[in-house]
Amino acid sequence: MQDFGAAFGLAFHLITSGDSALTEIVLLSLRVSLTAVLLACVVGLPVGAAVAVGRFRGRGLATVILNSMMGLPPVVIGLLLYLTFSNAGPLGALELLYTPGAMIVAQAVLVAPIVAALARQVIDDLHREYDEQLRSLGVGPWRTIATVLWDARYSLLTVSLAGFGRAIAEVGAVIIVGGNINHVTRVMTTAIALETSKGDLALALALGMILISIAVAVNAGVMALKATASRSAYA
Amino acid sequence: MSPNKSKINALAIGLFAAALSLSFSTPSRAGDKFIVVQSTTSTQNSGLLDYMLPKFTKKTGIQVRVVAVGTGQALKNARNGDGDVVLVHAKPAELKFVREGWGVKRYDVMYNDFIIVGPSKDPAHIAGMKNAPAALTKIAQAKAPFASRGDNSGTYKKEMALWKDTKINPKAHSGRWYRETGSGMGATLNAAVGMGAYTLTDRGTWISFKNKDHFKILVQGDPNLFNQYGVILVNPAKHPNVKVKWGREFINWITGPEGQAVIASYRLHGKQLFHPNAHRAHAGSSKKQQHG
Repeated sequence: MQDFGAAFGLAFHLITSGDSALTEIVLLSLRVSLTAVLLACVVGLPVGAAVAVGRFRGRGLATVILNSMMGLPPVVIGLLLYLTFSNAGPLGALELLYTPGAMIVAQAVLVAPIVAALARQVIDDLHREYDEQLRSLGVGPWRTIATVLWDARYSLLTVSLAGFGRAIAEVGAVIIVGGNINHVTRVMTTAIALETSKGDLALALALGMILISIAVAVNAGVMALKATASRSAYA
Repeated sequence: MSPNKSKINALAIGLFAAALSLSFSTPSRAGDKFIVVQSTTSTQNSGLLDYMLPKFTKKTGIQVRVVAVGTGQALKNARNGDGDVVLVHAKPAELKFVREGWGVKRYDVMYNDFIIVGPSKDPAHIAGMKNAPAALTKIAQAKAPFASRGDNSGTYKKEMALWKDTKINPKAHSGRWYRETGSGMGATLNAAVGMGAYTLTDRGTWISFKNKDHFKILVQGDPNLFNQYGVILVNPAKHPNVKVKWGREFINWITGPEGQAVIASYRLHGKQLFHPNAHRAHAGSSKKQQHG
């Protein structure tokens, strides 16, 4: 395919020339997805920890629900949020539709269950080791949740990366609630969808390569952070 | 547990709050002066909007945020009040939209035409035909693959009207030679090229489409293939949030001498994509309300 060679050249050119439209799109993608992951972690991590640590009826059911919600279809979430944020919808007054804010909410909704479900698994394993000790010390449930979250922090960083992977790669929800508006809500994935529909496959592929590079860079950055942090912790 | 935990917590909460407020604030590039236009993939994919809108913004300071979807979805979104202006191409649906009170008044803006494109091998032998329904009949008789939008877009509505003239019900053959992609114009062209299928497209999207491969225009010039675009202000009586003043300014501009000249001047590969044909009708002043 001639498109691959052209795409490599184009991707290289776009990056080295510091194309301003591309920069804008990349920065918006990062802003939306990182904020969404942050929001999802604030909600998802405590929920995951609570389900792992808690001793309550329906805990098994909660786990099943969390795990299945990892596969929420983006296009359905997009549609539900469109209906919610639409002017004719219940939250229309917030004027979030067709703004990055709506895209953040959409991605956070998709990512939160992933964070919660994976955190539950990580903490469940950890908690088996700690359970007796914490109990004998008479540590309450809130304190227990905080403790296991803190001790699992490096594994949870990987959990948040899984969430980030979902967020940055997602197109179905953000194209509906964001509208793919140039200079306002156009992100990497919606730009790729647009260029594909224009038949500009080389440009679409070039953008795809850049998107993957960004994901690699973010993951490498977090890995480096983790390595530095754990070195200083055990020094 | 770390002794610094409360400090770290405070820092994390602070960072989080900062990131949130930063992320939810809408971009301040063109200030708050903007309108949302619900439009179609054909106007966006052809590059017309990218060419035209900056000129309007430069003159008026009003940013135009375009949501490009099919005509059906654009009208549906506008019905929900999620837009100030619609710029679409399915006159009967547009008139219905106005008749039902969702839009104030409809104005002609420009036209181009639909064409039938297909593989150069042309298995149904329709190349050069001037009668679109006759060409579709030949495609059906040959059972040659035909890619349909299969959505509720203006192009799809046109295709349905053409099939109606042939007395053939293509949907009875859906999944066999008749293939409904359920996607936008560009995605459907990609699919048609991939399957070697005929398809109906607007000329603007076709000229700007870059993945033509061995495909070419086979049928054109039928008066049935006329493709009229119209612009409508969403009715503020239904949705008080509609930005009437700026919406009217946009409609006046696009149907006025300046906007019309800009449309006529848009060329791609030396070809004019859209022909302006507004009948110098004015959307009225911002103070007076007009109901159509």
